[in-house]
Amino acid sequence: MKSAQDELEIQVTREHALELLHEMLRIRRLEEKAAEMYSLGKIRGFLHLYIGEEAIAVGAIHALGPEDAIVATYREHGHALARGISMDAIMAEMFGKANGCSRGRGGSMHLFDASLRFYGGYAIVGGGLPIAVGLALADKMQGRDRITACFFGDGAVAEGEFHESMNLAALWDLPVLFLCENNYYAMGTALERHQSQTDIAFKARAYAVGSETVDGMDVLAVEAATRRAVDTIRRTGKPYLIEFKTYRFRAHSMYDAELYRTKEEVEAWKARDPIAGFTVYLRDAGWLSDADLATIETDVAAEVEGAVTFAEAGPWEPVEDLAKDVCTIPAR
Amino acid sequence: MGTKIQTTYREAVKAALREALQNDPKVFLMGEDVGRYGGPYACSKGLLEEFGPERIRDTPLSESTFVGAGIGAALGGMRPIVEVMTVNFSLLSLDQVVNNAATLRHMSGGQFSVPVVVRLATGAGRQLAAQHSHTLEGWYAHIPGIKVLTPATVDDARRMLGAALLEPDPVFIFEHAMLYPMEGEMDETAGPADITRAVVRRPGRDVSLITYGGSLGKTLQAAEELVADGIEAEVLDLRVLRPLDVDSILATVAKTHRAVIIDESWRTGSFAAEISAQIMERGFDHLDCPVQRICSEEVPIPYPKHLEDAALPQPYKIVDAVRRMI
Ligand SMILES: Cc1ncc(C[n+]2csc(CCOP(=O)(O)OP(=O)(O)O)c2C)c(N)n1
Ligand SMILES: [Mg+2]
Repeated sequence: MKSAQDELEIQVTREHALELLHEMLRIRRLEEKAAEMYSLGKIRGFLHLYIGEEAIAVGAIHALGPEDAIVATYREHGHALARGISMDAIMAEMFGKANGCSRGRGGSMHLFDASLRFYGGYAIVGGGLPIAVGLALADKMQGRDRITACFFGDGAVAEGEFHESMNLAALWDLPVLFLCENNYYAMGTALERHQSQTDIAFKARAYAVGSETVDGMDVLAVEAATRRAVDTIRRTGKPYLIEFKTYRFRAHSMYDAELYRTKEEVEAWKARDPIAGFTVYLRDAGWLSDADLATIETDVAAEVEGAVTFAEAGPWEPVEDLAKDVCTIPAR
Repeated sequence: MGTKIQTTYREAVKAALREALQNDPKVFLMGEDVGRYGGPYACSKGLLEEFGPERIRDTPLSESTFVGAGIGAALGGMRPIVEVMTVNFSLLSLDQVVNNAATLRHMSGGQFSVPVVVRLATGAGRQLAAQHSHTLEGWYAHIPGIKVLTPATVDDARRMLGAALLEPDPVFIFEHAMLYPMEGEMDETAGPADITRAVVRRPGRDVSLITYGGSLGKTLQAAEELVADGIEAEVLDLRVLRPLDVDSILATVAKTHRAVIIDESWRTGSFAAEISAQIMERGFDHLDCPVQRICSEEVPIPYPKHLEDAALPQPYKIVDAVRRMI
């Protein structure tokens, strides 16, 4: 696994580093608040928290341009936020309010923003990969120099759509950046119980898709690797896959008994918390003081409170609009 | 008769699974998270410890292949119970069902049997939004070559599995996800359920409310509300969508002369449409007024509660339809 310290191909400035920290903290605090709102019954249904995996969305999305597209999963609050959907619109969506980014209709698993080319959260595992291939096909056929980044979990690698997407993207030379968030579990099934070959990056190479494995707990490593991959794709027009090794600190969705993993394992990974780790790194570099951190935390806390207020104040979509937008022309 | 106990639908499913595994060494359970996780709805909690990983198999997220493997294992002499976590994900394995499971016996000139049982959670009502709220039993019931069961009571949850395992052909059991915590009576020692008949859950004389699965509770509730209007509704639980017990449908319509069908699927092309057509074809003379359908609105199921509620069949919608009719 490569780390940013080994090959610092991006020149990290203090300002940039603090921005990465800020972005990761925004995701962490948004989700902690979301969990609280869930226990209050403000958020319902499924709520899949990304806590522990923030470095991936933040590092990878920082390496994309505004013209590039993103396809994500049902665990996508972090990606949506890192892409620039406002915390207000995300929280309101989770509340099911009409001022949410999907008019409240999608909830936590289905965040969308066309203006940011955020093509959404897909809740059928593996379902996003072919969509990403098609978006890239459209770019290629129309001569647009854009990339489609597609996030998915280790579990999705067992679906036929993963393999078919690898093959098609490589066969047709499509500019797709496949970003696998390998958190070692598909719900309660551990990687070695669902994959005969646990090296996911290796699988991509079987389809002639270039690939590498990167420490997903190291935001700088994530960003550096993604920048290199984006460069490669823009140069060659071919797909590329990065496997990020990471870990989900919370239950699969809001509640599960976590019978499938040990406390020790969870604690060992928590010791590698991407935010805590990066904070130490920044302090050691002399880039982050207590006061700096306090300022960031205060800003984020205010933004989170603002988002709750925004969501609370949001209107419910009127029942009369239920059938609006099923198709362009309303059903008779 | 045996001993009746109060339990939940979830526990009834588990009791049925345990009994099936105990009774026949060829029976095994496979599906996503059925083992270490304890089952996505906790229906198989403890079974891994009791029966071991050979017989309680966690599968990768590979619906098409593990359903297909269930068909193959059945061809090969095993007695697989395949769990597809929800009907939403069964869309990925539909090819194996429609093209393989359902055709093999006929297409081979009767040489092959596919005695596979597939269990799936189904339905809406938990604010899981458009991709996790499908009701597609009606699609499955469209397919000749398979049987489709929709246990709506704790007792059926317990006894239909045993009946399914006696069938030589593929059987699909749809368990509405809202039912798992439901309490009810279960006969601990009774054998397999009769899976040829619909059952009248509430006798009445004024109107027939015909339903199945997750809509039974709402329908019974509506029937109780109608008592205040002096209306005695008969509630027929179809239980089995294929093969359909048309005689029981005709019998209740002959008695009440009015029919409302309650079905959580989308109205257009719904299973309710099939029942309505059966009544028109064979029971037209019994009718005093047109058959009515209470189905889901023609929209992807939305996340917020008020919109989800509005999209689905509800007791008040049933009550309104009956009042307009009588
Ligand atoms: C096709 C399909 N099968 C099953 C599920 C139920 N399910 C939701 S998430 C999940 C685990 C996915 O694991 P992974 O891809 O590793 O993503 P993670 O949740 O770890 O981020 C499962 C089994 C689903 N949503 N879609
Ligand atoms: Mg995973």
